[in-house]
Amino acid sequence: MTSTETVVRAKQSLATRIAARAGGVGMRIFLVVIALFWLTPTAGLLLSSLRDPAEADLSGWWQVFSHPSQLTVDGYDQLLNNEVVTDSLFTTVLITVPATALVVLIGALAGYAFACMDFPGRDWWFLLVVGLLVVPVQVALIPVSKLFGEIGIFQTTTGVILFHTAFGLPFAVFLLHNFFSEIPRELLEAARLDGAGELRLFFRVVLPLAGPAIASLAIFQFLWVWNDMLVALIFADSGDPPITVALQQQARQFSNNIDVLGPGAFVSMIIPLAVFFAFQKQFVSGVMAGAVK
Amino acid sequence: MPTPPAGGAAQPGPRRSPHEKTPADADEATTGSPADSTGAEDTSDATPTPNDEGETTSTERTNGERTGNGRTDNGRTNGGRAGNRRTHSGRTSGRRIAVRRRVTGSNPWLAALFLLPALVLLGALVVYPIVYSLRRSFYNAADKKFVGLDNFQEMFTDDAIQQAVTNNVIWIVVAPLLATALGLIFAVLTERIRWGTAFKLVIFMPMAISMLAAGIIFRLVYEQDPDRGVANAMWVSVHDTFVEPAPFERANPGRQSPLTESGDGTISDPRTLRAGSPVRIPLVGIPRDQIGGAQHAAAADPQDGKVTGTVWRDFTRGGKGTPNQIDAGEEGLADIEVRAVKGNKVVASAKTRGDGTFTLSGAADGATLRLPGSNFDAPYNGADWLGPTLVTPAIIGSYIWMWAGFAMVLIAAGLAGLPRELLEAARVDGANEWQVFRRVTVPLLGPVLGVVLVTLMINVLKIFDLVYIIAPGASQDEANVLALQLYKSSFGTDVNQGVGSAIAVFLLLLVLPLMYVNIRRIRRERRR
Repeated sequence: MTSTETVVRAKQSLATRIAARAGGVGMRIFLVVIALFWLTPTAGLLLSSLRDPAEADLSGWWQVFSHPSQLTVDGYDQLLNNEVVTDSLFTTVLITVPATALVVLIGALAGYAFACMDFPGRDWWFLLVVGLLVVPVQVALIPVSKLFGEIGIFQTTTGVILFHTAFGLPFAVFLLHNFFSEIPRELLEAARLDGAGELRLFFRVVLPLAGPAIASLAIFQFLWVWNDMLVALIFADSGDPPITVALQQQARQFSNNIDVLGPGAFVSMIIPLAVFFAFQKQFVSGVMAGAVK
Repeated sequence: MPTPPAGGAAQPGPRRSPHEKTPADADEATTGSPADSTGAEDTSDATPTPNDEGETTSTERTNGERTGNGRTDNGRTNGGRAGNRRTHSGRTSGRRIAVRRRVTGSNPWLAALFLLPALVLLGALVVYPIVYSLRRSFYNAADKKFVGLDNFQEMFTDDAIQQAVTNNVIWIVVAPLLATALGLIFAVLTERIRWGTAFKLVIFMPMAISMLAAGIIFRLVYEQDPDRGVANAMWVSVHDTFVEPAPFERANPGRQSPLTESGDGTISDPRTLRAGSPVRIPLVGIPRDQIGGAQHAAAADPQDGKVTGTVWRDFTRGGKGTPNQIDAGEEGLADIEVRAVKGNKVVASAKTRGDGTFTLSGAADGATLRLPGSNFDAPYNGADWLGPTLVTPAIIGSYIWMWAGFAMVLIAAGLAGLPRELLEAARVDGANEWQVFRRVTVPLLGPVLGVVLVTLMINVLKIFDLVYIIAPGASQDEANVLALQLYKSSFGTDVNQGVGSAIAVFLLLLVLPLMYVNIRRIRRERRR
């Protein structure tokens, strides 16, 4: 390499370095702007829900930055004294908790059978179940409403729970099967040789080992059911609806009254957001393992 | 090093940089310990070992399982009695796969018991509905008469449903692509930034909230009034930066004026302009708050060879002023564009000064005066986001706000698993960052991008809540999508569950190819 070449290279690299530095700063600013942009809609609703309704009707939520005196928790106060809302939150819990527990239990049993037991046609059954992952909920709306009507659980909490359990199962089986099949065979074999039955093996050995996977699944299913509106709209008791449906009814009635909708939407978001921030890791792993729903 | 498997996103990345260990980070996301060995196993599977006689390649193994369930390769259990377990030291000489198969529990009845609850629920609430919908889609609204393909025909001729199909096509093409592109950009840009995790958290957060809450959030964002909706507030301020707002929106000639106003707001003076004789253009209808602080109007001085004049607010409080006269205390109108027109050609133009006076060149002699309507336009009020034309793009925007984070997290995980050596090699060879991104990163991420796109497509096909909540009644028809139409047809006011079932079947047909892609991917992942 001649000396001129070296000089040229050095110059280039200095120039590239400066360009890279400038680009780096520009990129950081760009990312900050994007993050603010992403936060704005939520911040808007939060601040709107904290404003005096009379003011909120007249001007934008960003006015609170110049008029902090407009902030008030009246909206939340009213909301929490509103029985429709508190009842519906309770109904949501009443639907979400059993639907999550059932999916975990039934999904784990099936996942265990697919991963740790041997029976004819096992792989075909498994593919069939996993194939059901993509079946749109919409396909089942009419038939299941008829079916539930016949057995008398249409528009009851039980019906909603069963529906969510069924549609959560393919994902549960898929996720847990993948996890169970990573458990060392030697461990299961040893337990079997020691005379442990399959049920014992399942509850005492496999389930405790599967903690992380079950956590992911439970969080995923919990958020899914908590946030659902469509299924509840059809299958829940319209006199005793979960929070999403209750809010939707409000949205129909008071189309632009952000003082009713804002606090309501935020209350409905608090639990999912708390779960999300507390269990980000598990949530993300659920999303990644599934990448389907 | 092998390329990452198709489901690479779900595999732990072989490389971990220390700062990536924080929560919400894709790299950390794979479920706990046992699964962490997956990557390593895949590596060994990519190169079949020569002594693998029975099950040389994974394809063969799967085929074997497909044809004969009772088949007893030397590695597999021959089903049946529980006492049939063999020990590790059997014929199969320690092949991992074989060992795994052999020692599993093997009582089909017990397995059936474990599977029973799941299969009953899936059968009754997922499989049976598919069959029911198929049958139901061939019957009429009352479910009494077989109508063949009539429901499907109605689906493709009914205006509302056609709108839904069109919108679904727009959705499925635009939304997944944009969300994936944004996710890719965010993932690549944040890869080496220390606060990248915080950024990802912000972008990913909307995934946790319900579509209902997102819908309420975006209804507020898209509020028409720029004083309330943030989208229009931003849009109007951008617009007004480039297009100057009209100075006096409601000004008009008044009743006793010689001037005339045409339909587009243009005010014209029928009198012919003469150089050296100033004209007076009186306007009324300007609210006080719009003119606060304006200078007093002045009569224009006559100038040789030029046309001069005054535009002013011809109004004195208490009705004391004389119409068409510049009375003391009346304000001049600044910044108004004045044009001299001959025939239909503009021969001269000027803007009024602070005191309302203007000067036009000599060319204006013999022309007539016109004040273009743009002087008096109503202020720009922003886009009608939820109106008929923009409603679908606006809702797609809210969807992307929710789901770009999903794409970002999956892509970031894929990115963490890319072989660094390849990227470094490209850089050493002189490729710039863009070339590395375009020619190395993106092709290597191909499988992950595919997974993200397919997943989002399946998701978009089923989109319901966002449209239902965001689209106002007036433009809900324009925003219609299949899932919403299905809800309306099945449970709404004009119920025809035959058509509803036909839409359901159509939706199912649309996800079938995607289901196939998914199953193929899962099968590929299962081959170890």
